[in-house]
Amino acid sequence: MLSRVANSIYWMSRYLERADNVARFADVNFHLMLDLSLDRDSTQWYPLVATSGDDEDFNKRYKTADEQSVLKFLTFDEKNPNSILQCIFRARENARTVREIIPVEMWEKINELYHLTQSHSRKRSLADLYDYYMQVRQAGHLFTGLMYNTMSRSAGWQFAHVGQMLERADKTARLLDVKYFILLPRGEQIDSAFDAVQWGAVLKSVNALEMYRQQYHSINYRDVTDFLLFSQAFPRSVLHCLDSAAGALKSLAPECKPASPARTEMDTLTQTLHRSDAAHIIADGLHEFIDGFQYNLNLVDEAIFRSFFET
Amino acid sequence: MTLESYQTNGFFDELFKADGVPHSGARPLVEQIDSLSRKELQRRQKAAEDILYQSGNTFNVYGDKKGTEKILPFDIIPRMVSARDWDKLERGIRQRIHALNLFIQDIYNDQKILKDGVIPAEMIFSSACYLKPCEGLKPPKGVWTHISGTDFVRDSDGEFYVLEDNLRCPSGISYVLENRAVLKRILPSMFQTMKVRPVSDYGDHLYRTLKHIAPDGKDDPNIIVLTPGIYNSAYFEHAYLAQQMGVPLAQGSDLVVEDDKVWMRTTAGLKQVDVIYRRIDDEFIDPEIFRKESVLGIPGIMRCYRKGTVALANAPGTGIADDKAIYAYVPRIIKYYLGEAPISNNVKTFICEEDADRAYVLENLDKLVVKAVNLSGGYGMLIGPKSTKAEQKQFAALIKAKPREYIAQPTLSLSRCPTLVGSGIEGRHVDFRPYSLYGEEIFTLPGGLTRVALKKGSLVVNSSQGGGSKDTWVLGGSDVTGAEETTHA
Repeated sequence: MLSRVANSIYWMSRYLERADNVARFADVNFHLMLDLSLDRDSTQWYPLVATSGDDEDFNKRYKTADEQSVLKFLTFDEKNPNSILQCIFRARENARTVREIIPVEMWEKINELYHLTQSHSRKRSLADLYDYYMQVRQAGHLFTGLMYNTMSRSAGWQFAHVGQMLERADKTARLLDVKYFILLPRGEQIDSAFDAVQWGAVLKSVNALEMYRQQYHSINYRDVTDFLLFSQAFPRSVLHCLDSAAGALKSLAPECKPASPARTEMDTLTQTLHRSDAAHIIADGLHEFIDGFQYNLNLVDEAIFRSFFET
Repeated sequence: MTLESYQTNGFFDELFKADGVPHSGARPLVEQIDSLSRKELQRRQKAAEDILYQSGNTFNVYGDKKGTEKILPFDIIPRMVSARDWDKLERGIRQRIHALNLFIQDIYNDQKILKDGVIPAEMIFSSACYLKPCEGLKPPKGVWTHISGTDFVRDSDGEFYVLEDNLRCPSGISYVLENRAVLKRILPSMFQTMKVRPVSDYGDHLYRTLKHIAPDGKDDPNIIVLTPGIYNSAYFEHAYLAQQMGVPLAQGSDLVVEDDKVWMRTTAGLKQVDVIYRRIDDEFIDPEIFRKESVLGIPGIMRCYRKGTVALANAPGTGIADDKAIYAYVPRIIKYYLGEAPISNNVKTFICEEDADRAYVLENLDKLVVKAVNLSGGYGMLIGPKSTKAEQKQFAALIKAKPREYIAQPTLSLSRCPTLVGSGIEGRHVDFRPYSLYGEEIFTLPGGLTRVALKKGSLVVNSSQGGGSKDTWVLGGSDVTGAEETTHA
């Protein structure tokens, strides 16, 4: 497969997954506010910006972190490279360069999502926005469904899959990190009813609430951390995503230049995770752990670039 | 009753023999359209546009920051070509491509046709399309023009005339396939009734054409499509064709020449390329030979081509037979190489380089169509009867300054086809471009691109100037015996 094309298919998939995650986080936060009867100017919106990792950019360009400004920044801000608008635009530009590789329906789905985004970006009402998030998530499901059900498991699929899994692992970890350190610094609230609602919302934003309940029945931050980081069964947990990406990289071995660093880096990272457990991580500091994890995830991304895309 | 009041206004019409009387083969289609209300026709038109929009074959509206995108205008009323007309067109095209191919081979090698005085040598050597670096080239299997799209128009006598041969990088085939896919959803019942011949196997034919020229010993050749990139206006067509054949779509930067071979940069390292269907113009393909500043091309690719390590479709240099002044000589070219009379008609052409012709053209600018010999897309053109005195004066000056660069033709009365417009159905002028492939033999896809001038009275069908397209139905009817056998597998 052409290196340029492999690179595009990887990023097409990453950007779509990113857009999907931003839509999830925003939507769940909105519902959380309703549950907690908080007003719309609440401080509960800023953590969404922190999750995206673009807080510096936000602070420079926005005065307040209320619902309106946070959602604008995350959704339709053309200057924010990780806004949903920009992610979908770039996913489509990448998809355009791999049109000959992906099934027609996948291209049409991205294209439709792009036009939907364009037309929504001209509306101003917040109520419309939540409809839009729902549509973004549904488009994400359709796209992934098409990818799983209509694409041969050749190199193109594997690159798309690696992109999706790495992006998802990154976003799940960020969500956990931000929730843990910004939303709940106050000791007296830990394990309170308020806490259960908050962590329930976290689970919900990654579609994990029902699956979590079947395993743990009641909600507390220790079990949520364990579930989101280490569940081998749940398809959005960090460990599951990494194992899945590692599997795809393994099957890409024949597509790879000799002495490729991608698998080595990937194996190092998955092994570290397999050796860890939630209790120790919480004791040693979750934030430090996730910081380290994200550093290593970047190394994997760079190694993938050197192994496959660089020419 | 949308067609009840339709008027042909004295033009040759593609669906009607006379007002109220359809051509025999067109009757079921005319009845179907007539049975639909204007509202229903508009609903279907909208549905067709939505399908095309969703398929993403759109272009950006120039200067629009909001990223508005548009489709190429499409009209749901198809154009029809009877089996009898098609049979003649097909034979005419095959003869033409056969002769032009021999002509190009001769021009870049022995130049017998010049030595025999059939064409003045200066007509060739003064052409911007004559590429000196192609002298002595002998493309694999002797084929230069693998892919071509012959432009025809129909005059008031009902005869088809060749307007251009388009032997370089003709575009538009993806519209033929997409328009058909759309119309099968919009007017499904018509296809069986009218025995419309399929076009969907074009990708197969194209693949076989390209495989045919693979270097010897390459049983499973690495065939690719080469595009200038996603910002090229025909990019979606390039991607579409790569997809139809299941082959990689590469850009110049994906390819590199080493050891006089062409390689593509893959995730697993360099992989040799055997056949390139290139959609980059001659001048840009190799900065070592042609335009030095080209960043689209691959330095050294011509060296590989000469050595035979890679095949190109089309061969570089074919543009010489596309020069609009050379066009005037095509009937003589056919006679010279094949010893046959032309089956398809040329349009009478005045060559401004020749004194007598030029004098006539300058006298009759208000009646003639003047064209720049090396421009297409409706650019550099004067349509005499619709021009102002100032425009005529401007062209007179241009012609006097550079006579070699202009030709003139009588204004043809282009045929019309019923077309859905705001107020109902009206006649609009159309042309016709069928596509041909020259592999083991010459194959013409039974269909083609019908371009339609959507502006009332306009004769310019180019998309850059308000033109749209229609699906084209070549009928497999019984008015020609053995029509099916004339298609090559």
